[in-house]
Order: sequence, then C-alpha cells, then structure tokens
Amino acid sequence: MMTARTALSRVNSKPWLWSFLAALMIWLATVIFTGGMGGGSLLSSALSFSAFFVIVGIGQMFVITTGPGNIDLSIPANIALSGAVGMKLMNEQADLIWLGVGAVVCLGVLLGCANYALIRVLRIPPIIATLSASFLLQSTAIAYGRSVRIQPPELFYNFCTGNVLGVPYLAISVVVLAVIMGYVLARTRYGRWAVAIGQNARAAELAGGRVGRVRFATYVLSAVFASLCGVLLAGFSGGASLSMGEEYLLASIAVVVIGGTSVGGGFSNVPGIWGAALFLYLLVSMLNTFGASAGVRLILTGLIIIAVITAVSGRSSARAV
Amino acid sequence: MNASTPIPLKATVARPARLNRARLLRGALPGVSLAVLLVVIFVMQPRAMSYMGMNLMFNLAVPIALATIAQMLIITVNDLDLSLGSFISFVACVCATVLNQHPLLGCLALVGCVAAYALLGALIHLRKLPSIVVTLGMSFIWMGGAILLLPAPGGTAPQWLQAIVRYKTPLLPFAIFVCIALALVVHLFLMRSTLGVVLRGAGGNPIAVAKAGWSLLRIKVSLYALAGTFGVLAGLFLVGLTTSADASIALRYTLLSIAGVILGGGEFVGGRVSPIGAVLGALTLVLAGSLLSFLHISPDWQIGAQGAILILVLALRAFVNRLEAQP
Amino acid sequence: MSTIQRALVTFKGTSKSFGAVRALNNVDLSFHAGECLGLIGHNGAGKSTLMQVLAGTLAADTGTMQVEGRDLRASYNVQLARQHGIRCVFQELSLCPNLSIAENTRLMSPAIRGFGWRREARARVLACLDEIFPGHGIDPDDTVADLSIGKRQMVEIARAFVQVDEPLNLVILDEPTSSLDARVAEQLLRFVRRFVAKGGSIVLISHILAEMLGTCDRIAVMRDGGVVDIRPAKDFDHASLVECMGSAAKAAAERKPFASKRLQGTAVISQQPPRQRDGRTVDAHAGEIVGLAGLAGHGQSQWLIQVLRRCVATGQGAALVAGDRQTDGVFPLWSIAENITVSSLGQLRRGALIDPEAEQAMAEQWRQRMSIRTPDMANPILSLSGGNQQKALFARALASSSSVILMDDPMRGVDVNTKREVYSIIAEEAARGRTFIWYTTELEELDHCDHVYVFRDGQAVLDLPRNQLSEEQILRCSFEEQLV
Repeated sequence: MMTARTALSRVNSKPWLWSFLAALMIWLATVIFTGGMGGGSLLSSALSFSAFFVIVGIGQMFVITTGPGNIDLSIPANIALSGAVGMKLMNEQADLIWLGVGAVVCLGVLLGCANYALIRVLRIPPIIATLSASFLLQSTAIAYGRSVRIQPPELFYNFCTGNVLGVPYLAISVVVLAVIMGYVLARTRYGRWAVAIGQNARAAELAGGRVGRVRFATYVLSAVFASLCGVLLAGFSGGASLSMGEEYLLASIAVVVIGGTSVGGGFSNVPGIWGAALFLYLLVSMLNTFGASAGVRLILTGLIIIAVITAVSGRSSARAV
Repeated sequence: MNASTPIPLKATVARPARLNRARLLRGALPGVSLAVLLVVIFVMQPRAMSYMGMNLMFNLAVPIALATIAQMLIITVNDLDLSLGSFISFVACVCATVLNQHPLLGCLALVGCVAAYALLGALIHLRKLPSIVVTLGMSFIWMGGAILLLPAPGGTAPQWLQAIVRYKTPLLPFAIFVCIALALVVHLFLMRSTLGVVLRGAGGNPIAVAKAGWSLLRIKVSLYALAGTFGVLAGLFLVGLTTSADASIALRYTLLSIAGVILGGGEFVGGRVSPIGAVLGALTLVLAGSLLSFLHISPDWQIGAQGAILILVLALRAFVNRLEAQP
Repeated sequence: MSTIQRALVTFKGTSKSFGAVRALNNVDLSFHAGECLGLIGHNGAGKSTLMQVLAGTLAADTGTMQVEGRDLRASYNVQLARQHGIRCVFQELSLCPNLSIAENTRLMSPAIRGFGWRREARARVLACLDEIFPGHGIDPDDTVADLSIGKRQMVEIARAFVQVDEPLNLVILDEPTSSLDARVAEQLLRFVRRFVAKGGSIVLISHILAEMLGTCDRIAVMRDGGVVDIRPAKDFDHASLVECMGSAAKAAAERKPFASKRLQGTAVISQQPPRQRDGRTVDAHAGEIVGLAGLAGHGQSQWLIQVLRRCVATGQGAALVAGDRQTDGVFPLWSIAENITVSSLGQLRRGALIDPEAEQAMAEQWRQRMSIRTPDMANPILSLSGGNQQKALFARALASSSSVILMDDPMRGVDVNTKREVYSIIAEEAARGRTFIWYTTELEELDHCDHVYVFRDGQAVLDLPRNQLSEEQILRCSFEEQLV
C-alpha cells in the first residue's frame, strides 16, 4: 500500500511527471467549466497541436542538452521555408509526397550543417549563429514563397488531420518518435555523450568523447525535426504561410524547460516534452474558454511559465547535492 | 631551514608584441567596422553627410543604444534578457497613454517597471533560475500588459518628451551626442570605478566575490535595476521619436541588443563586456539598416542581408581571436 | 625556533555538522602569534571545514571561539574575521579572470577607493609580489585569464598579504604550493618563516610532508573531525605523521628491483613535444610507467593532451586521468557509476543500446577494486570526498579498453592513503601490460616510474631510467640557465 509520502517521492524523482499532472489538472478544470462537454474533442485537438510542439521540442532539447549557450533559434524560419518547399514540391500530387518530404529532410540536414559550420568554424555563439541563419532563411522563404498558396496533396492532408478513435495519426507517430528519441538519449552512446558534453565539455573531450561530432549531430537533428514539423504543419493547415513558425521559437524552449530539462545542459528527458506541450496547449484553450482577453491570456501564460520554472529549478539543484 | 633570504627567479620575458597587437585589434574592431560602414554610406549617398541626413540615420540609434546597454548589464552577470523588446514596447505604451494623461501615475508606473526588473533579478538569483526562460515568461507578461493598454496602435507621447528628443544641437545631431555621452558615462562607471569592478567581478567569478564578502544578491538586483532603468529610458526616447506607440513597436530590440553587445566585443559568459563597444555595436547595426536601404536591396532580402553582415563581422572577430590565441 | 607568543584564536569544543555528517567533532586548538601551525590529515578529516570556520565563511554549531579574549562564535563572519586580521588563501582559486590583478586586489580590499584607487591597488599588490616572490615577472595590469595557473596562485597568495586598513595577524594557507613549481614553492615557504619571525601567524595545510616538517613550528594532526595529536614539528617525521593520520592503508609496495621494459620491442607511444629542437621523442613501451618531471607549466600537460588527441584520431586508444577534476574530469550532475562508465560505453552495449545491468556490474567491480568509499554507486559523484572523486576518475580511465593511460598530475592535493592505494593499482596494471605516462609535480612520485623525462620550456631535456635517477639531477636539469 503506497503511502502519500512514497508516492510523492516517486513523482519527485521523475521530473517529467509534474508536467503531465499539470496538464491533467488544467484539462479537468476546463471540462468542469464547460459542464463536461467537449472534453474528448479538446483532448483530441490538444494531441494534434501538441504533436508539433513536441517535434521541435525534441530537437531543441538535444541542442540545449549539449551545453550552456547552445540553442537553435533558426527553428521558426526553418519551419516557414520547409513548409513552402514541401508544398511546392508535392504540387498537390500524392505520388510526389515522398519527394516533398525527402527534399525537406535534405534541407534540414543542409541547414544543420550550416548552423554548425557558423558555430564551429567562425566561432560564433550559437544564439547569434542560429539567429543570423534564421535571418537568411527568412529572406529565402519570403522570396521562394511568393507564389500562390499551394495546397497539400489529399493523402498527406488526411494523414496530418485524420484520427483513429479520436487519437490523431500525427500524435501517434510523434509519440512513437518520442519513445525512440528517449531511448536514443538514455541508452545510446550518442545520447550519453550529449549529456556528458552538456555537463562539462572539456572533461568529455578528455574522456574520449567526440565533442564536435556529437554537437554537429544535434544541430542537424534539430534542423531536420524542425523541417519535418514545417512540412507536417503545412499539411495540417492546408498550405504553407510565412508566419507559420513564429510561435514555435518560444514554444520549443518552453516545452523543453517546463518538461524538466535543464537549460544549462546535462540534464534532460523526453517524456516531459509531451507533458509540457499538452500543458501549454490546454492552458491557452482553458484561458480562451474562460473568456480571458488576449492581454490577460498572455500575462497569465507568462506568470505560469515563471511559476513552473521556479518550482522546477528548486528540484534539479537538489539532485546535485 | 636556515637562510630566509628569498631565491630570485630569472625574470620571465615580456609579453610578446604579437599578443598586444591582437588585443588592440580586438578592441578596435567595433570602431573600425562602424567607420567602414560610415565611409561606404557616405560614398554611396553623399547627401547623408548633411546634418539632416545624419539625424535621420542616427535618430533611432539612441533607443537601440540604450537597449544594448541594458542588455549588456544583464550579460555582465552571465544572464540574458529575452524580454527586453517587449519591456520597451510596454514602456512606450505606458508613456503614450498613462504618462500623457496622468503624469504622476505614469511616473509611478515607470518606477514600478524598474522595481519589477529588480525583483526579477532577486528571483533569478535566489532560486538560481535560468534567465533565458524566466525572461521568456516575462516577455509574455510585458506583451500582455502592452496589449491591455493599447490593443491597437495609438496614444500620444507627452509634449515635453517630444521636445527633448528633438533638441537641436550644433555641429552634430543630438542623437550622436547622446550616444557619446552614454558610452562614456557607462564606461566610466563599469570599467573604471570601484563599484564597476565589483559588478564585473560577479560575472567573472561569483563564488570568489561572495567569499570576499560582497552580496551577490545586491549586485544582481542592482544590475537588473540599472538595466530596467536603461530600458525605461529607451522606451521614453523611442516614443518621443515616433510620437505614438503600439504593443509590438520594439520587439526586434531584443535580438538587436544582443547582437549589439556581441558585435561590441562582449561575451555571454565571464563578465567580459565593453560599454563603448556595445554602443558602437548598436550604431553599426543601425547603420547597416540604412546601408541596406541605400543599396536598394529588395525588402525581401533586407533581413537576410542583416544576418549576412552579422556573420561577416563575427567572422572577422574570430579571425582576430585566432591571431590572439596563438602562443 | 621563535618563542610562542600570545594566542590569537582559541577553539574550544568546536563542532560543525552538515546534516548527518559530523565534519568537526569537539575541536580544541589555538593559534599563536609568531608561529607557523601545520594542519595535516587525509580528506574528510575536517581541516578545510575548520579553516572555513576560522576564516568566517562557515559558522560553527557549538563550542567557543576566543578571539583576542572574547568569544565571537555567535556573531563571527568573514568581515569580522578580516577586522581581526584573519585571512585565507583557499585551494580553489578565487580570482575573477575577467579583471586585472589590480582590480582583483580592490575586490578583496574595499578600503582601496576614491580617486587614484587603481594606482594604489597596483602598487600594493606589486609590493607584496616582490616581497614574497622576487623576480616574478607579473604585471598588475595583466588580466588574470591570461596568466598560467602557477602565476595565478602567486597572485592569489600575494593579494592575501596586501594590508590596507585592516590588521594582518593570521593567514591561512590551504594547499598553497599545489600549483607552484618547486622553486616558487620554496620562495613562499621562506617568506612564511620571515612573516612568522616578525610576529605574524600562519596556518599551513599541505599534503607534502617535507614542506610541513620543514616550515612549521607545531603540527596538528586531524582525523575524523578532531585533533588527534599536536606536537612541535621537530618531534615528527614522515612515518610518525602518516601513522597519526592512521587509516588502514595497504602497506607500501616494496621497492621493486629495476627491470627495464625497453628491451622488448618498439615503443607504444613515441611523440615529440611541440617545441622539441633536437629530434628527441618521448617514448613509452608496453607495461612501462613513464614519468614526466620538470617545473610546472613547462609543456607536460600540453604534450599529454597532444598524445591523447593523436591516439583518439588514429584509433589507438588512450585514456586521460585529469588532475584538475572540476574543469577536466568530473561530470557533476551524474552519479558515480555514470562517471566511471562513460569511457567504456562501447563495451557495455547489447546491440545498439547500452545494457544497464552490465553498466551496474562494471561500476560495482570498480568500486571494490579502487576502494571507493560510498554506500551506493548511484549516488551523485559530488557526494564523494575529493580523494574518492579522484579514484573514480582513475576507474574511468582504467575501465576503458585503452592500453595507454595518461595522467595529468592527478595526485595533486590528494591524501597520502589514497595515493598509496592508487600507486599499487598502477603497478598492478602496468604488470599486466598497460602503459602509463605520468606527469607529476612531486619528485617522490618519480620513484614509481621506470623511465623519467624532464621537461623544460616545452621540450624534453633529459631522460633517465629509474636506476640512474637522482633528485639533484632532475632539479638541476629543470633550471639550466644557459641554452645551447
């Protein structure tokens, strides 16, 4: 029989559980407010929208893991460009879907390489390097995407928006992706070294880790994930738009940190990203349901992020004792 | 041990001249890049050489320079402020509404803003929070406040504010004098005064500074409060220039200010910052924007060009750093 | 020996606990003017805690602390300590790397202020540097980040002796020579004697027994949070000191007769130091323990890292044991087990994933082999004492499949018993065919090496097998004035 204390300590040892608990509480609050109506569809749309946050969140988490100061600010521009490129290449034809997706993945790889080249060769801090890259990407997206809004092929659209028993295909795929990446983080050499580098890059190098290669892989990973998110988002929204990725910068960092990953690097987990993504989406829709105006919504979102971070940080410093 | 006379070591050689030269280059890089930009602009557009031309080019430099200094103060203590842009937008909205209609209330609100920044510094220090994410959350709060005050662009800046901003000085525009004064004052404070030594030391080795008996909490709160003050000044100057405000008027200042500090030779960690460099960096960014419009670069590519300029300048600095690092 | 004068500080019944850990247990100790008191004991004995209490950075829980006749324990802090002339130079360097030496001096002495403070700070710290380390070659306007670790330590020490408005009565030196080479260390110790002769008081903590015996007037031996013995230094010798510290150490390995490993085959490592001019390479053969000697900061660490990088690049496999564990070795958020297994992940794989059971087994195996004192290998690594952390770093290197182990002065600041345990393991592994290259700043450790290279100015200037070794020769080679 589990006492309250052992239950609490078990939850405490897994930092990502808090985000799921919080998401659950918000969902309950919303459902109670609406008198039990629409709880299922809320959950369904939450899973749908959260899936996108999770994709970029995983990529951002790996980048943040590799050490303080590492961050990928090129995600929004990447999403915009990838969405545009993907849609254009698919050209509304089902048999060109793989061309579109493949091209977008290649774009992600190229971008990841470019980001890392700026950071490594030119010794530019990652914040500035990915920021400058995003400026260039944005211009490219604007120039490239001037053409008419192209819709996604029907098959692709159905995959992005369809569901089975209320659970979206996209959400299922992203859950599988998260499980795989969770194993990559905890049980592969690449993941282990990424965490080591985040704690002490010099010690990692001296212990035999290939710091450059691991960091390179993480930037490529983050860019590829962001590109995938872009093309899927375009499919989901019925077409690409230039401002598609704007909210994903702050969102990608927020889900990583609220999910229990340390911004300083060296302490990360994947499940928390799902919990945090659900939490953020449900929070915004709860505020919408309560009729809060845009300004109040923003203020409350900010307050909650700070409150969560305050609680989360207290815990992760205790682990190091 | 019998004798207690000290054993002399052979004196080590003087620091190689190469190291000194590289360090000089590094310090000069922000100034040099600004000078190069100025020359290029004057060559392309001789009319910009006039009082009016320079006024137009450098006007917006003042709020950006103030924002860059604010960011620099935060970076001094190894943090980063991602909410600066929305904070300045909020201040601008307060000025265009509350300050105009109820001056006393407006002043109180601005003082409250600085106090909020001070509290933020205290929170970040006491709970050892990551500044990136906390300021991210704050940016939502400032943004929400700005939207509540001005859901749509509007408001009017107070007359006295507009008058100050348009003050006409002989020879060079007011904006340039303000920038020079700003750089000098902050330089004297941060780099030459005893208090500045303590503040920068807290960025270089906070544990040592705490062991020496200084209060890290007070240091952090002071730096954040100062940053908030410069942010308020930036908002004031900005709204004085544009005469009206909107909730997203200064959002790009966040990244611009970070870029300005880095261009000016500052580093994210270690407490290595340069106030003069930061102001020069801000001016460089502003001029780069002007240069782009003079070059008739299609608006599509203007953002990309800014990114390219940033990369170019940093590549140059990396090159200079490599010279310096050779033993 | 100078006559012992009045007591400056007297601890009586002082205790300090951190949660369940009793760091100080009823300590009775007094510090006198005109005396150098040595404090010795292995890691966890309580020396650093006691010194932190004395310096004011920690508050004692119980007991009295008489300072100039009054019990100050309740209100004692760093400011009060400095007001009574008590200062401290700690093991961890406490300079701000982004500031100049003069600015760092101001940081420590708030009394230097007003117009012209910079000139005053400059002059004062330069005067102290000249007095303690003549011929130091340091400019007070240098930024600390540009100084070598030895020079930083010199600045650290000199800064503590800067006297502005506060009295200067007692200075605590906690492992002051750990980053200094032999000549500079000797300058410091001679200064200690001069300072004490003029009526000052020094508390010296060092793991180098020769230093303690040669510099101190009295030596207090600590163990398990208390003072177990205190005698005049002349009544102690190496053996009795170690005995007093008394944990059950494995008996020191008998000095084996020298058998050269160079007769069989070619060298496993053969690389030229970067500034080598005469084509000599530093070689290491299989099963050999090669020592790198010479003054600190003369290219030994750089050469080791060069070897490491080249071995990793060519796939030969080498592992490094770091000396500066905080910057070069420890992963602070990880457990002890994770810190040990990180270099051996390839061996622990089952398919593409790491096998957690194999990992745990490896951690347990090394806990026993290295005698790491911890109840659970899943505990955070920072829960270990310094010496045990160093053992964990050794385990990391030894657990890997590398046949070449590089050691970057890893025994610096580690207690005698840990050292003995590690030396015997090194000898065991070498007998099994592993190659060790050992950079050390302590001359007595070279006795464990088969072959020694002396480094000076980035090149190897002398190499000798152990049977031809002499301390005098090594010192002489480290200091040759005339360059060929």
